[in-house]
Amino acid sequence: MNRSRVLTVARTDLRQLVQARDFWLPMMILGGIFFVFVPTVLLLSITRIGDVQVVQQLSTALDVLPARAQEAIQGETETGRAAYALSVFLFAPVAVVVPLTISTAVGAATIVGERERGTGEFLAHSPADVTEIYIGKLIASLLPGYVTTVVGFGIYSLVVNTIVGPEVGGWFFPTREWWVLMLWVVPPFLALTLSLVLRLSARVKSTAAAQQASGLVSLPLIMVAYSQSTGALFGAGNATVVIGTIAWVLAGLGLWRGMRAVTRARLLGVADGI
Amino acid sequence: MGRSFGDVRALDELDLVVPAGTITVLLGPNGAGKTTAIRVITGALDAQQGTVAVFGLDPDGDGEEVRRRCGVVSAKPALYDRLSGYDNLAYSAELYGLGRHAGDRIREAASRFGIEGALDQQVGGYSTGMKTRLALARSVLHRPELLLFDEPTSGLDPESSHAVLDLIGEMTRDGSTVVMCTHLLLEAEGLADQVVVLDGGTDLISGTPDDLTARYWPGTVVRFDAEDPARLDALAAHEGVLAYERGDVAVIQLDDLGRLPDLVAELVGAGVRLTRVEPHRPTLEDLYFAVRAAHRGSVDAHAHGAGAGALRAPGGAAA
Repeated sequence: MNRSRVLTVARTDLRQLVQARDFWLPMMILGGIFFVFVPTVLLLSITRIGDVQVVQQLSTALDVLPARAQEAIQGETETGRAAYALSVFLFAPVAVVVPLTISTAVGAATIVGERERGTGEFLAHSPADVTEIYIGKLIASLLPGYVTTVVGFGIYSLVVNTIVGPEVGGWFFPTREWWVLMLWVVPPFLALTLSLVLRLSARVKSTAAAQQASGLVSLPLIMVAYSQSTGALFGAGNATVVIGTIAWVLAGLGLWRGMRAVTRARLLGVADGI
Repeated sequence: MGRSFGDVRALDELDLVVPAGTITVLLGPNGAGKTTAIRVITGALDAQQGTVAVFGLDPDGDGEEVRRRCGVVSAKPALYDRLSGYDNLAYSAELYGLGRHAGDRIREAASRFGIEGALDQQVGGYSTGMKTRLALARSVLHRPELLLFDEPTSGLDPESSHAVLDLIGEMTRDGSTVVMCTHLLLEAEGLADQVVVLDGGTDLISGTPDDLTARYWPGTVVRFDAEDPARLDALAAHEGVLAYERGDVAVIQLDDLGRLPDLVAELVGAGVRLTRVEPHRPTLEDLYFAVRAAHRGSVDAHAHGAGAGALRAPGGAAA
């Protein structure tokens, strides 16, 4: 495999994405809502407005958390503990939903889009191997979602530490579980979803169909990722690592199978079934 | 070679030899198999029957090597609209192994096709003609030995088409081999060293335009018309006339153009008031329709075109 060609395909796809303001603007807004707006409003409501009733309700809700999770909650006051729990537990799934949503949208159009624009013909006649094209497109689909998440995660850390930090004795975020989630759990879920989405993108007739079908495929996966990431943060210390490991194995299988989905006939739009 | 898509037979025992350093024109109607032939040549599609050798290599097994030595312009320019002209060429340069510092090569190719001034613009804003020029520039960027053009003038105005065909003609001067698909016969006229007429995925006939013309029209074709066309029928019995047919005009084949002055003098002497005497060199269009008509077993090889087609092809027409 020629690594330079893989990076060329990925770089060119990303360059086109950067040019597509109609795509990245909503993507930024989505990240902004999940990582900045919602947490800021909720956490400020608790810590600054001091709605005693809301804090009490939240504190009661925390009782349903597993004992290990409850032990991990920091803060001397009810407000501090409620804000801490919200910061660490409530928004965890967001870290999964955002990259999956963004990367699915990019990935769905990536191969069928080449076909629709006619540029699949150029790629099919080029010396690039179909595996190189597949991996290049995978990288180009994966990066926007993951980078948005990492950047959003950084901003989110700043937001929660600034708002909640004074209530719990200083900066506390990210916790160990969050690091594992971001570096070990989210990437394989993303890769697994994209392996399915790219296979779909190679097979369907239009971008619209790819996006519809990708929604169907990725929604259950998003729900699994949502529940697993939440459960991992709530549960035993190594649960996240185990979940991540399983996800990596599944992602590896998915990617290996996905490589065969891209063929020159499919880039040209003449494969059976297209 | 043969290639099917489901039940559709796109190529059926196509036999194609392209001599190096020549322009071969694949002529045929839509669906004749021209595009599929190009795709099989580069290995973008595999041949399900038969064998294909390009530069002595099998495009299926040695596809990367074959494709690196080919330059393709497809019917749709296949450009990335959101990227600039420069970035489109740079993408190709990198895929074809020229590296990330092919700036000089890119500007040289763009300059050759007259689009160097538009390299920084997004391709989405290019006219159809500019897109075709960019696609041509992209196809020669890596200095391929074999150029494959699939209806390169599709969608262009006549002036741009002419310019593009001139550029294609120029390309062979540096030793490149060209295969061009078209259904526009005028495009092939004067450009082709070899013509291959395709229909239904099969090559009906191939050869140099002169050879093919000689096979279908061994004599010199001359068109006649008169105030009373019926009186032209006397031409059929004249010495040296190989074939005669009268439709809108009378068309004959003469074994020697030198007989024409005597022929005219004889007709005039007999009181025939001639309104037209026109020696005619059969065009590729005439040839194309003659070949297709012969292939379909039609007695009348004419049906179309510039008048000479009105001449029934002699015995060789069924070849």
